Amino acid sequence: MRLRLPRLAPLRGAPGAALSAVLLVVLVLYALLVPLVAPDPFSLGGLSIMDSFTPPIWAEGGNPVMPLGADDQGRNMVTAMAYGLRTSLIVGVFAVLIGLVLGGALGLVAGYAGGRTDALIMRLADVQLAYPALLLAMIIDGIVNATIGEARSTLQAMTIVILAIGVAFWVQFARTIRSSVLVERNQDYVSAARITGRSAGAIIGRHILPNVMAPVLVIATTSLGLAIIAEATLSFLGIGIPLTHPSLGALIRNGANYLQSGEWWIAIWPCLLLMVLVVAVNVLGDHLRDYYNPRLRGRS
Amino acid sequence: MILHAVERILQTLLVILIISFIAFMLIDTLGDPLGLLLPPDASLAERQALTERLGLDRPLLARFAEFLAGLPRGDLGISYRTQEEVSGMIAARLPATIELAAVALLISLVVAIPAGIYTGVFPRSRFARAIMFVSIAGVTLPNFVVGILLIAIFSVQLGWFPSFGRGATIVLGGWETGLLTRSGWHAIILPALTLSLFQMTFIIRLLRTQLMEIGRSEHIRFARARGLGEARLWFVYALRNALLPTITMLALQLGNIIAFSVVTESVFAWPGIGTLFLQSVQAADIRVIAIYLIFVGIVYMVINLLVELLYPLIDPRLRQRHA
Repeated sequence: MRLRLPRLAPLRGAPGAALSAVLLVVLVLYALLVPLVAPDPFSLGGLSIMDSFTPPIWAEGGNPVMPLGADDQGRNMVTAMAYGLRTSLIVGVFAVLIGLVLGGALGLVAGYAGGRTDALIMRLADVQLAYPALLLAMIIDGIVNATIGEARSTLQAMTIVILAIGVAFWVQFARTIRSSVLVERNQDYVSAARITGRSAGAIIGRHILPNVMAPVLVIATTSLGLAIIAEATLSFLGIGIPLTHPSLGALIRNGANYLQSGEWWIAIWPCLLLMVLVVAVNVLGDHLRDYYNPRLRGRS
Repeated sequence: MILHAVERILQTLLVILIISFIAFMLIDTLGDPLGLLLPPDASLAERQALTERLGLDRPLLARFAEFLAGLPRGDLGISYRTQEEVSGMIAARLPATIELAAVALLISLVVAIPAGIYTGVFPRSRFARAIMFVSIAGVTLPNFVVGILLIAIFSVQLGWFPSFGRGATIVLGGWETGLLTRSGWHAIILPALTLSLFQMTFIIRLLRTQLMEIGRSEHIRFARARGLGEARLWFVYALRNALLPTITMLALQLGNIIAFSVVTESVFAWPGIGTLFLQSVQAADIRVIAIYLIFVGIVYMVINLLVELLYPLIDPRLRQRHA
């Protein structure tokens, strides 16, 4: 039996997108594999005060075990960033999933039902559009924290951030899916399904949904970049994920304290990593958008 | 035409009303004025008296009406964190934010309009491609990363600009300004640059797309065929058509700019509205968050409305279509 490679057709003839895809795979492996071999630097056993402020390997006093230096608590930046990246990726992916499921469900219902349901859901979307997703995530975060109070665990904080970003992102998905559904629901195959007596739920789920997935995937990729930025920003501002289980944003927040005193590497490495991650996701998202948009395909 | 305008105004008012109601409900359900204003050992009778004095025993809609009536008067209530008047807190910090936003807008216009025209007129030139490549950074990089990088380079390495605060300020007729002192100007450069990067790239990209599209249109081809000079062609005929949509889109990006200003103010410890909002979020000061929610919503909705209503007045083509 021949080994089947995954379908890479969308990446053919696009070196930038292909490079981004490779880069993303490398980053994901880095975030998943390093924590398997290195102890958690944010637990008490993981840090070593003796090594604090070790500079990168090429500077005087560099340590070959810590090629990128160490932070104020003596955490190896290579390990710390792997844990941070893992948190950022987890939050980003789950936030997009929540936005997708929430927005997808509302968009499907709005598009299929039409009439008053449609108007209600889309007006809600309009009201929400008055607020940029980032600001909304901050507001939701603030409100939830006000309700449950200061005493929140890391897991709770993470859940809150995921929910805040996910809820802030649903409008995009809802609008896209709704407009696709509006096109699809008048197609013959939907009428056929309706005549054969299938329920509305089955028609939406089994027949319409598969046909509107392509634009959703594109938006999901673009949203992933935005969600990662949103999480990093929240954590940087100190209202996201706490330093006990830091994401890239929290690492940068911590590093920013030492920028003035010359320990630039604590902030700059996570900054660069975040930049590479976001640019790679965006390049890939842009490319997928062009690829799945038949109007643009074949041009340029 | 007028009917359409009235309908849009009513819609906007309705949305603002909904936003205000959500904000009011937040304050009403999450805030605890009794716990704030009374000592912990207050008797039941004292609590009862205060409840009646604050009108907390009245029906929900009556309290909402009172809350709504207080908004235009500047009666925004008291912060649960600092126990100050919210309106006073906002007024003290508004000048810093407005100055930052204004300088940022100035920087982005001065840089982006020439750059956008250049990339639109000569899209294939090497320099234009370089501008477009750099502009990717402006759309993708998180605001705070830009700020940190600028601080690392211009503040720590080169020591040219301070990395936090507003510098010396002068009070002029109730307006605390930093734009009249040397240190004030020094302090505003880096945050304004950070804030302007997004607008800058946004304007460049929009202007470029607009000009490229208009450059291919009939009336430009016709003008060229009549023998009009290239400079006159682009600057008089093409630019006029390209500028309007660009300004519109920029106005609609205001919400994003407000969000980014929160981040920028935090990076540079800029004492503006954004910092106030952030402190309130950190301290779960629900009343200030709610007021901010209304404030941003109103600013966004009103600008949206103005753009839509003014558009046909500026662009004669739209007037005919609507009539």
